Amino acid sequence: MAQPAVSGTAQWLLAAASDIAARVDVLFFSLLALTGAVAIAIFVLMIVFSVRYRAGSRVDRSNPPTNVRWLELGWTFTPLAIFLGIFVWAAVVYARFYTPAPDAMAIFIVGKQWMWKAEHANGRREIDELHLPAGQPVRLILSTEDVIHSFFVPAFRIKQDAVPGRYTSISFTPTREGEYWLHCAEYCGTDHARMGGRVVVMAPAAFAQWLERGNSNPSLAARGFELFRRNGCSGCHAAGSSVHAPDLAGVYGRVVHLADGRSVVADEGYLRDSILLPKRDVVAGYQPIMPSFQGQLDEGELAALISFLKENK
Amino acid sequence: MSYLSEGYSLRSWLTTHDHKRIGVLYMVAITAFFFLGGAAAALMRLELATPAGDVVSAETYNKLFTIHGVIMVWFFLIPSIPSVLGNFLVPLMIGARDMAFPRLNLASWYIYVLGGLFTVAALVAGGVDTGWTFYTPYSTTFSDTNVILVIVGVFVTGFSSILTGLNIVVTVHKLRAPGLTWFRLPLFVWANYATSLILLLATPVLAMTLALVALERLFHIGIFDPALGGDPLLFQHLFWFYSHPAVYIMVLPAMGVASEIIPCFARRPVFGYRFMAYAILGIASLGFLVWGHHMFVSGQSMYAGIVFSMLSFLVAIPSAIKVFNWTATLYKGSIVFGAPMLYALGFVGLFTIGGLTGLFLASLALDVHLTDTYFVIAHFHYIMVGGSVMAYLGGIHFWWPKICGRMYPEMLGRIAALTIFFGFNLTFFPQYLLGWLGMPRRYHEYPPEFQLLNLFSSAGAAVLAVGYFLPLAYLGWSLFFGKTASSNPWQATGLEWQTASPPPQHNFEQEPSVERGPYQYSVRSNEYGSQVR
Amino acid sequence: MSTAARSDNALFGMWAFLATEVLFFGPLFFGYVHARLAQPDAFVSGSHHMHIVLGTLNTAILMTSSLTMALAVGAARKGGPPGRWLGLTALFGLVFLGIKAAEWVMEFGEAAGAAGGEARFYFLYYAMTGLHAVHLVIGLGVVAWLWRHAKRFDAAYHTPVEAGGLYWHFVDVVWLFLYPMFYLLERYSA
Repeated sequence: MAQPAVSGTAQWLLAAASDIAARVDVLFFSLLALTGAVAIAIFVLMIVFSVRYRAGSRVDRSNPPTNVRWLELGWTFTPLAIFLGIFVWAAVVYARFYTPAPDAMAIFIVGKQWMWKAEHANGRREIDELHLPAGQPVRLILSTEDVIHSFFVPAFRIKQDAVPGRYTSISFTPTREGEYWLHCAEYCGTDHARMGGRVVVMAPAAFAQWLERGNSNPSLAARGFELFRRNGCSGCHAAGSSVHAPDLAGVYGRVVHLADGRSVVADEGYLRDSILLPKRDVVAGYQPIMPSFQGQLDEGELAALISFLKENK
Repeated sequence: MSYLSEGYSLRSWLTTHDHKRIGVLYMVAITAFFFLGGAAAALMRLELATPAGDVVSAETYNKLFTIHGVIMVWFFLIPSIPSVLGNFLVPLMIGARDMAFPRLNLASWYIYVLGGLFTVAALVAGGVDTGWTFYTPYSTTFSDTNVILVIVGVFVTGFSSILTGLNIVVTVHKLRAPGLTWFRLPLFVWANYATSLILLLATPVLAMTLALVALERLFHIGIFDPALGGDPLLFQHLFWFYSHPAVYIMVLPAMGVASEIIPCFARRPVFGYRFMAYAILGIASLGFLVWGHHMFVSGQSMYAGIVFSMLSFLVAIPSAIKVFNWTATLYKGSIVFGAPMLYALGFVGLFTIGGLTGLFLASLALDVHLTDTYFVIAHFHYIMVGGSVMAYLGGIHFWWPKICGRMYPEMLGRIAALTIFFGFNLTFFPQYLLGWLGMPRRYHEYPPEFQLLNLFSSAGAAVLAVGYFLPLAYLGWSLFFGKTASSNPWQATGLEWQTASPPPQHNFEQEPSVERGPYQYSVRSNEYGSQVR
Repeated sequence: MSTAARSDNALFGMWAFLATEVLFFGPLFFGYVHARLAQPDAFVSGSHHMHIVLGTLNTAILMTSSLTMALAVGAARKGGPPGRWLGLTALFGLVFLGIKAAEWVMEFGEAAGAAGGEARFYFLYYAMTGLHAVHLVIGLGVVAWLWRHAKRFDAAYHTPVEAGGLYWHFVDVVWLFLYPMFYLLERYSA
């Protein structure tokens, strides 16, 4: 397993290497201060009361209160207000994980027992490593070939399960150059603890060089185009086809009206389902005649096809 | 003639209908499982003392953490207080002769043992490596270990939980002594009542969910396995719908124990009795609405996450109220630091830390980083071990004279309590740091920079083990050589103390008639007022 | 404890037990909703393959058995022997099971060859009606036991008959949900 070149001394503070890490840390340390203060206050009171009111001590014990309405209501509603404040703050930061920047670079990540595979848009592939440019928003599109895995980079404060049968995604911007641990965080069998590696954040220029160097693969979109023809997709979906099939030019990101009345945005998940489970979301005005490609395309080929469709305007 | 001398043969124990004997039968059984689950933990901490995976293989480690979770959750924590102390004490505390359905009570114990046998069989047959959470499709399709055998064990034991819950609910509704209105009940009864509602309503969902996993494994149908058209998140929703309320099954009775011990050893009534009772009911009901907080990064929608996060913050409020009230109960008390009180105060402190760290996990953005790390492990062990186990031990010590008519050795009791408290913190506090720094859970090998914290944790586990063996030893010793106990050695106010230690088989010579509320302690002359005339 | 108090407790216990049964069936109902929302067409198609005449007949039979069970409880309350009504209840229950078994056999071929959404429909059909049948068999056991001990019951004491009645009606009510869920999907459209 590839290991990051992390310095040998114990790191008591975890590196914050993404834009969102900084925000998570502010929330974390604020909550730590708040809960720490509350815990200390309670412990101090318990200790003070225990000492002061120990059996045999001479202090005033007259009229021990059994309820004090204003106090009880106070310590019910004050924490409530504070908790709701924390909830809102955390929810707002959370929403950012799922709101990609418009220029976010999409990278397909596939987990399988027991390794991580990544494929960049230009076709460069990695195993148990992920190279990223600093300052560039990234959107990871995760899938798995077998069981649930979870892509966890502590330094970025990101974690997202890869769930079989669907895409999941998470967005962030790496901000600090360096090498960071990558772990699988959802138990996935025997070598779960060995399923990891490193994420390498590079300066943009260095990254661009790295991306080109050593890549002999065609780009994802090019490969996707090849697959689109070879698997017969263009036979039905091309403009001049005799088969009545939806035109896929510019489909990505479009609102699609389905036969059952719903409207959905054609994202990666929709495209994936259309290929593997075509009878699930049939487009309004079309018959459910598209065959399923379940079992015929692996995750890499799906990623290529979808990349092609995203660029096919 | 006490209930213990009604018969000395094994047969008289195995065919008893007496709720007190059944409580003791449960106590013996869960103690055995506690040490079995603890042995698994000891091996795990031994492995984790060094970063390399060199003590056991990866497969073995995965089986160890699975069996540790399965045993500790279903065969120790869930039955511990309700089936041992609840069975023994609830009828006594409400002035009844026995539970509503004594034969069902005995049946529940046999069902528990049967389920336990299936689980031990799975262990002997080579173990299971799915984790106690059985996530699909790993458990349905990929694991080649004895999944179905363990599922049968847990499924069967679930019925034991359901029957215990049913008995307690009907008993509390129907068998209260004259004058014992709901708001004169001790909080221990409230706590076990609310717990029993959860036992009744949540456990069947687990049973069906695990049955579906077994069916999927056998027949490859496609419920949870996406390769066959199923949905792994469906499993998670169904599983956590039970398993989150389950944690309240594990902690509410512990809160009930604390609420009995603290007023007694502080010699004053509990502060805010009504809010305490309402908080118990609040925790039980809100606990059913928060299961999705185990799934914030699972692929569940962001909006679902937001709703579950808010509800999770709400459920923290009644728990906070209880901590404040226990603290306030110390104010103007006259406090004696007997072993039960040390356990109870330890419970309050450690539950406070565990509960506060729950706020971190309820916070969506923080949970993304912290979930599936050692932070979560530390959080739930603070509540379940620092909380529930300490309360269970406190309750065992507090009611020991009532159960067997003997006193335990007080000095040893205090030493054990302090050893456990110290060992516990040394074991689990470093795990918060490990989690924050990014050590995932269910790892038998880890990045070398985490070694120091892991070493502290493993050292703590050794201390904790000593702490747990101490009560096993001196409580066993006290059965034969302990000082004989009076009917009310603690000068406590509950109805259970108004009868002999140990009680006669039918509990009370005369049915009590209740005139006042609970906790009629008075500090002035170290007196107490009984609830009965 | 008086007989009346004991009877109260037993019936309360039966209600509590039935609550657990609702939650035992719950995950299957939830799974049905989840699967049907995902693949509504497959469910409609599966439903059209069900034998609606047999299913409707069975529903009538089971509802009639609830009537005879209620009459048994009524008879017991009045002190008269409930045996006759219990016997009829058991008979109707047996007929229901027979028809159900025949349906299962007839549908098995279709079910075994189904894929995707239809496979999930058939799984839920067999699982839910199967679980229901298990409960019905247990109910038959209860009714048989009551019938055998019918002489024990009189106007003052007939709690087991009442409790058995509650259980039987519960099993009937579950079927009243299963019938439309599996047999009646979009039967009315052209």
